[in-house]
Amino acid sequence: LSSTSTMETTNFSVPSAEKVDGFPRRSMRRARQRRSHSSSQFRYQSSQVELTPLPLLKDAPVAELHDLFCKKLQQCCVLFDFLDCVADLKGKEIKRAALNELVESVATSRGVLIEPLYPEAIKMISVNIFRTLPPSENPEFDPEEDEPTLEASWPHLQLVYEFFLRFLESPDFQPSMAKRYIDQKFVLQLLELFDSEDPREREYLKTILHRVYGKLLGLRAYIRKQINNIFLRFIYETEHFNGVAELLEILGSIINGFALPLKAEHKQFLVRVLIPLHTAKSLSIFHAQLAYCVVQFMEKDATVTEFIIRGLLKYWPKTCTQKEVMFLGEIEEILDVIEPSQFIRIQEPLFKQIAACISSPHFQVAERALYFWNNEYILSLIEENCQVILPLVFATLYRVSKEHWNQTIVSLIYNVLKTFMEMNSKLFDDLTASYKLPAAARLWRADRRTLAAGSGVPIATCLGFLFFASSLSHHHLFL
Amino acid sequence: MAGADGDDSLYPIAVLIDELRNEDVQNDTETQLYSLKMYSIIHIFYNTIYDEDEVLLALAEQLGNFTMLVGGPEYVHCLLPPLESLATVEETVVRDKAVESLRKISQEHSPVDLEVHFEPLVKRLASGDWFTSRTSACGLFSVCYPRVSSTVKAEIRQHFRTLCSDDTPMVRRAAASKLGEFAKVLEPEYVKSDIISLFTALASDEQDSVRLLAVEACVSIATLLPQEDLETLVMPTLRQAAEDKSWRVRYMVADKFSELQKAVGSEITKNDLVPAFQNLLKDCEAEVRAAAANKVKEFCENLPEDNREQIIMTHILPCVKELVSDTNQHVKSALASVIMGLSTILGKDNTIEHLLPLFLAQLKDECPEVRLNIISNLDCVNEVIGIRQLSQSLLPAIVELAEDAKWRVRLAIIEYMPLLAGQLGVEFFDEKLNTLCMAWLIDHVYAIREAATCNLMKLVEKFGAEWAQNTIVPKVLGMANDPNYLHRMTTLFCINALSEACGQEITTKQMLPVVLKMSNDQVANVRFNVAKSLQKIGPVLDSNALQTEVKPVLEKLATDSDMDVKYFAQEAITLQS
Repeated sequence: LSSTSTMETTNFSVPSAEKVDGFPRRSMRRARQRRSHSSSQFRYQSSQVELTPLPLLKDAPVAELHDLFCKKLQQCCVLFDFLDCVADLKGKEIKRAALNELVESVATSRGVLIEPLYPEAIKMISVNIFRTLPPSENPEFDPEEDEPTLEASWPHLQLVYEFFLRFLESPDFQPSMAKRYIDQKFVLQLLELFDSEDPREREYLKTILHRVYGKLLGLRAYIRKQINNIFLRFIYETEHFNGVAELLEILGSIINGFALPLKAEHKQFLVRVLIPLHTAKSLSIFHAQLAYCVVQFMEKDATVTEFIIRGLLKYWPKTCTQKEVMFLGEIEEILDVIEPSQFIRIQEPLFKQIAACISSPHFQVAERALYFWNNEYILSLIEENCQVILPLVFATLYRVSKEHWNQTIVSLIYNVLKTFMEMNSKLFDDLTASYKLPAAARLWRADRRTLAAGSGVPIATCLGFLFFASSLSHHHLFL
Repeated sequence: MAGADGDDSLYPIAVLIDELRNEDVQNDTETQLYSLKMYSIIHIFYNTIYDEDEVLLALAEQLGNFTMLVGGPEYVHCLLPPLESLATVEETVVRDKAVESLRKISQEHSPVDLEVHFEPLVKRLASGDWFTSRTSACGLFSVCYPRVSSTVKAEIRQHFRTLCSDDTPMVRRAAASKLGEFAKVLEPEYVKSDIISLFTALASDEQDSVRLLAVEACVSIATLLPQEDLETLVMPTLRQAAEDKSWRVRYMVADKFSELQKAVGSEITKNDLVPAFQNLLKDCEAEVRAAAANKVKEFCENLPEDNREQIIMTHILPCVKELVSDTNQHVKSALASVIMGLSTILGKDNTIEHLLPLFLAQLKDECPEVRLNIISNLDCVNEVIGIRQLSQSLLPAIVELAEDAKWRVRLAIIEYMPLLAGQLGVEFFDEKLNTLCMAWLIDHVYAIREAATCNLMKLVEKFGAEWAQNTIVPKVLGMANDPNYLHRMTTLFCINALSEACGQEITTKQMLPVVLKMSNDQVANVRFNVAKSLQKIGPVLDSNALQTEVKPVLEKLATDSDMDVKYFAQEAITLQS
């Protein structure tokens, strides 16, 4: 009944579209145009070189091919200002054509990649792609809601990445020569680029890093360690890194190749990095990739199952229902491949949590948890361990079936109860009886208190209820 | 007893606490026993609840205050084991809090205990396997260094050196952020021999997040060194940081510019920092320009007085002029928040000739925040050239802000109204601004109406009751008949705010009748606000009016059909009797 902040009439001279006032609405922000930015690096190239077109690679005599290739690589080291879209169009076009030729040549002709070209190629790649990423134009950038800021120099950058990829994939590519130029420092800078807001760039980086990991064996441990550092910084320091999903995707395939038994380093990665990643605010952006990695670990070595599930239970979201649904999804993926012997080790804490989810007032959480009973493998695990699991969830199921506001949930619960009843009707009956007794006893106690206060409800009513309750059987549930 | 009720894990604690409660501590052995038991409690407690971060945080904080509880400084070292393990936890807030507590209790250790118990802990942390413990160690060196023997000191320096080149960037960041603090407790000779090389290395780290922390340390290090060493030991690194390829590092330099300027002294400022500052003001990243723009006033203020004006006029002002038409609104608004401060430094003539055009340009800026920042700093200019110079441009700017579509902007300008009114004078105000102030009273956002009410009160305090009676009161009272009940309520809110400033005469003769009449309003919200108003203005009225006019109305309202009206009427009656 207190004062309100809206008025039915107003004669204040505010444009009518703004009458409602307040904050820029999400939908409006989303509709904002895609913007692009270029990296800070451009300004630092002081003298602008005028480019002159070189002869085409395909027209060059074999003897001059490598020399020309090298010249083209050098030409492509010149950077252009892409924020000014009309500046030096001629130069931009010459570089674009040269890059195209280089890509084409590396991809199709054999024998081009000779040793002297390696440093030149890596130099050209470094000059173009390594740059300090500019500050995000939108400090509250939400990857789910907002359009990413795109890299302005993409017309050139894309070709450079394409060249790099073809270079790595070329049958002529010699890791023994490349490793002198693609070194730890190079890889570190490559990893920093995963923070780019432009998804196209991250996509290229993902494939490229994967190739580097595959071909340059000496860098593998270093790459894993640096990814670790990036994740730890993301979890505990900045909570911001755009390329988490892409890095996890690479890791997913790396985990696949781990040797057994798992090294301590890898287990540490699982326990201290992958599981804590679940605490991130932006989990939804990389959850699919993260869950994939987790399941990969389990499939590799079933003994980590307990770690994983206890870890997830430790970090179980307490207030964010959206995340809770994701956790439940991941648990289902895990249960899909869990070994029955491992299942027994974690069933108790796990089903306590599942019971808690079933009684969530948020219907999507309850629904997601109840869907477990539609999964045949999970159902078979539950059946095998019915003696343990049913007592854990029974009270919740019974109570929620009476109380939940959402009809879908209530009918899902009825199905679950029915399944349990069919699984083990004896246990079910016992539990039904013992659940009702304490419920009746509670009522009885409450009533005695009101009696003492002099309200005068006849004690026989309570006794009658007790009698009635104990005579109830589960059949009444489905009437 | 906690243990009896089901949770067995707490039972031992309960027993111990019970024993402690009944104990009469008299001599040393008993104290020792006491602290031992205390220690066990902490340990059991720690092991029972080890995985709830929130609890760990509270534990880490509380253990810092436990010295007396474990038997005083003599036994304080028994707090070290739990804090040590808290200092290795992954969760940053817990770890930081544990380090904070360790720093605190380190002061309560005797020099001997510090070497026997505390320093070994620091060493263990510094050589821990996982990065968390090494990170925590970085924060502990400086608290024990001054109080240990020279052999141990040498070990500590060695540990710090190792951590500065740790291969985990998290640890190097921690070391870099404590470098300045550690330098302060070191003997001068070691500052030169140890710290400078560490500083140089961290400032050229491969990760920009480490380099930028070295900039912070630069301030402390520069203050510790004699002037003649700065050029060779610090300046090369600082110059390099100001031109770092990462904008984050340049941002840090811009952000710390005033501190750096003070630390390096006027000679280096003139030769090095002025050009560096110009570059930062022209940086290609808006973030850096904004940080630098924020420092313009402070930087100019701290320039050596002998040629301050010349430096500003020839080097700084041209950059400032460019920033006024910057493409980024954050840069412009950062500048607008300090630019007015230049007028006091440059004096009347320069202000009129050079700064005034910039002020005027910013007053017409498309971004409301820029205009607002100019208007909110008008007092600086007022002192130097008087506000009249600006008033012609000021008015359209104020009017536009007053009608801005964002209510926060409107709110901000309202808050400056009393100040503006004071500077522009009553005549200018009546002529140009009064209508604005009244329009805010019927804004569709409550916060604006509320602020507008408060604004009226401040204006009346400035211009006096007579002015109020002629200009404001009639308009406010007129709203009592508005068909919109929210407007009618605004009348009541204004009366609440104005009655005291207007005095008994106006309140009794003009306001009270309106309030009383509104007690028959058909909207309950209005009626209970009448009751509230009557309670508010009661103290301003004389007892006669209270008895003959207010009381009967309140009594009538106390029998109202609406329970809220009844409640507030009752409350008013109780308070007035």
